[in-house]
Amino acid sequence: MKRTLILTSALIAVAASAQAQDKQLNLLSWGGAYGNSHVQAYVKPFEAKTGIKVAVSDADNPATPIKGQVEAGNVTIDVASVEYADAVRLCDEGLLEEIDSSILTAAGDGTAAADDFIEGAITDCFVGTDVYSMILAYDDSKFSDAKPAGPADFFDTAKFPGKRTMRKGAKFNLELALMADGVAPDQVYEVLGTPEGVDRAFAKLETIKNDVIWWEAGAQPPQLLADGEVTMAFAFNGRIFDAAQKEGKPFKIVWNGQIYEMEGWVVPKGAPNIEAAKEFIAFSTAPEQQARAAEFISYGPPRKSAAALVGNIEGTDVPMGPNLPTFADNMTEALASNLDFWVDHDAELQERFNAWLAAN
Amino acid sequence: MAKALDPHAAIVTEAAGPDEGGTLRTADGRPLKQALVRSSRRARRRAFLLVLPLLLFILITFVVPIGQMLQRSVKNDGFSANMPSLSAWFHENPRGTEPDDAAWAALAEDLQAAAKARTIGVVGTRINYDMPGTRSLFTSAGRKARSGVEPPYKEAILEMDQKWGDPKLWSVMREASSPYTSNFYLAAVDRTRDEQGDIVSAPAQQQIYVKLFMRTFWLSLVITFMTFLLGFPIAHLLATLPMRRSNLLMILVLLPFWTSLLVRTTAWMVLLQQQGVVNDVLVWLGVIGNNQRLQMIFNQTGTIIAMTHILLPFMILPLYSVMRTINPSYVRAARSLGATSWTAFRRIYFPQTLPGLGAGALLVFILAVGYYITPALVGGSSGQLISNMIAMHMTQTLNWSMAAALAALLLAGVLVLYWVYDRLVGIDNLKLG
Repeated sequence: MKRTLILTSALIAVAASAQAQDKQLNLLSWGGAYGNSHVQAYVKPFEAKTGIKVAVSDADNPATPIKGQVEAGNVTIDVASVEYADAVRLCDEGLLEEIDSSILTAAGDGTAAADDFIEGAITDCFVGTDVYSMILAYDDSKFSDAKPAGPADFFDTAKFPGKRTMRKGAKFNLELALMADGVAPDQVYEVLGTPEGVDRAFAKLETIKNDVIWWEAGAQPPQLLADGEVTMAFAFNGRIFDAAQKEGKPFKIVWNGQIYEMEGWVVPKGAPNIEAAKEFIAFSTAPEQQARAAEFISYGPPRKSAAALVGNIEGTDVPMGPNLPTFADNMTEALASNLDFWVDHDAELQERFNAWLAAN
Repeated sequence: MAKALDPHAAIVTEAAGPDEGGTLRTADGRPLKQALVRSSRRARRRAFLLVLPLLLFILITFVVPIGQMLQRSVKNDGFSANMPSLSAWFHENPRGTEPDDAAWAALAEDLQAAAKARTIGVVGTRINYDMPGTRSLFTSAGRKARSGVEPPYKEAILEMDQKWGDPKLWSVMREASSPYTSNFYLAAVDRTRDEQGDIVSAPAQQQIYVKLFMRTFWLSLVITFMTFLLGFPIAHLLATLPMRRSNLLMILVLLPFWTSLLVRTTAWMVLLQQQGVVNDVLVWLGVIGNNQRLQMIFNQTGTIIAMTHILLPFMILPLYSVMRTINPSYVRAARSLGATSWTAFRRIYFPQTLPGLGAGALLVFILAVGYYITPALVGGSSGQLISNMIAMHMTQTLNWSMAAALAALLLAGVLVLYWVYDRLVGIDNLKLG
């Protein structure tokens, strides 16, 4: 009897360990420098710690394959990194598993994860991994005396001559225009929610319409700055940071008036390895891992307790902290992009923006 | 004996002479005509089997997807499929009926069901197309409805948000309660529906598509004309030079043709931008001052220049192939009969190049109408074409029905122009190479 028991438990143990080794996780990320930060800071330590093998693949925008796979009923992705806006939309359309925030790792001092994350970083289906932002940047060599300090200066072509470059689209630009027109960041969406507010934003944009080159791909603004085609840009912070840091360009970032958004993990509905996916999400959103990821790319961790843990820029001895959108000094005049506003008004304002652009 | 199906056998028996009934028969006694038809039918079937893979390929990769895409322009069941009770109420009650208790009950029931099935976002998106600002009305109502809605439903739902009482919202929901709609086509020509369901112009600041359609066709015409102006002399030169030298020149025409579209577009950016090569040279020569640098890109000029360059080979190649076949002795004969060189060109040479010109112009024009990468990169704000709007609706707003409606109108426009071309020039006159 005893022998049978030992044998049985041994068999179960072997089976269990075999199963642990078989465990696998399919991660869908973005590739590039951003995808690399995921691999270095999350995937490798996770594999070392748990023995679960993680297969990483890339997509231009992981939200698109999620939609395709769930609708076709053939889901192979377990965890994907998507933009906040896409996460909310996919969640509303029932394409994502819900994630219970109680699985997340608490902060070092014992603060519950739900309180440690910045506002809005955890939703029904989404856990934030990083914060990126649209910032103003200028070519330092073009302005010898006064330096631009905020949105109002971006619209002041008399004081700061030269062309500007802005993203071709209504989102971000209307907010920036209102802030330049003197609206406080916490009032921006309230004003933009009224027809007069929209008119006001477009009127402000009109003042520099002839001085703007519109960009569509994220790589364009640093290029336009480097070519001397524009003197100021309204662009993603990571791109400008990379050009300044890695290529030594004299680009400076103005954090006043930054508009930030989040990216994070989602689990597609019917994912094959949900338990492993949750384990991975809990592991990778722990403060240490979030801080580590920020050393690879200048996107800020969405956890308050992670900010202090961020070290030097990988491969240098320059601290990364002040280059992150979430750095305390950078957040004083910051605006959180309001997703609800944009899902409601995206089409309408985008059409108006296009009509405004097309009218000469 | 030869097999009856062999046509040669039939001919052999035919030679043997007619039978008593006056009709020709094959050796086994069947009428010759029948046997011939049968054998040729078999040959046709074999030929059809040979082209079948290509036919299936075209059907699967071209006709079916395009058909499905076009269907989206009139069909969107985002509302009707997910709000069945309310849709049924709309069908039973004609327009103008005030929403009664049954309607509110149906709304409450559908909201709860859609919230549970997490399809409320789809419903909200559909209504948001016709009435901006309503998507969150649906998603937030869904969130509240998940915990249950108690009668009286009207009060309960108005409690969630006063906007539910808006007659415009009910009118839009009625429109959406049928999966088939013409609203996307209306929007594509800057029209919309008012509360009574009548067609009216869209607000002035939203009107854009008609203008962009006009601009697309106008710019495509300009670009076609430019490629003709630039391409005609080159094609003529290529056709008249000795083979060795013309082959060398031909490589110069084809080399950019083989280069990636993006590389060529980026090259134009480097050349034409304000700190670019052309402006630098002009400033260095003293033609313009340093602060008068010309804006040649990120506007309509940039679109025209870059697209003319990219589409040039499509004009040159058909022209060249036609010009090669023109006998030079015709022009010489005209000159010897006293025609000036202009008259000889106008009356003798040019008319003979028309088939090539027609083919080139049609190719360039149709390609230009659908171009979108180049205008997106170098067009700035004034050089955008309708295809940029289609791309935007496909990838950004995800309003595929709208994209399909715009694309269908573009396709219809091209077909009409093709028909006009056929009337004026004749499609048989086309020579593609």
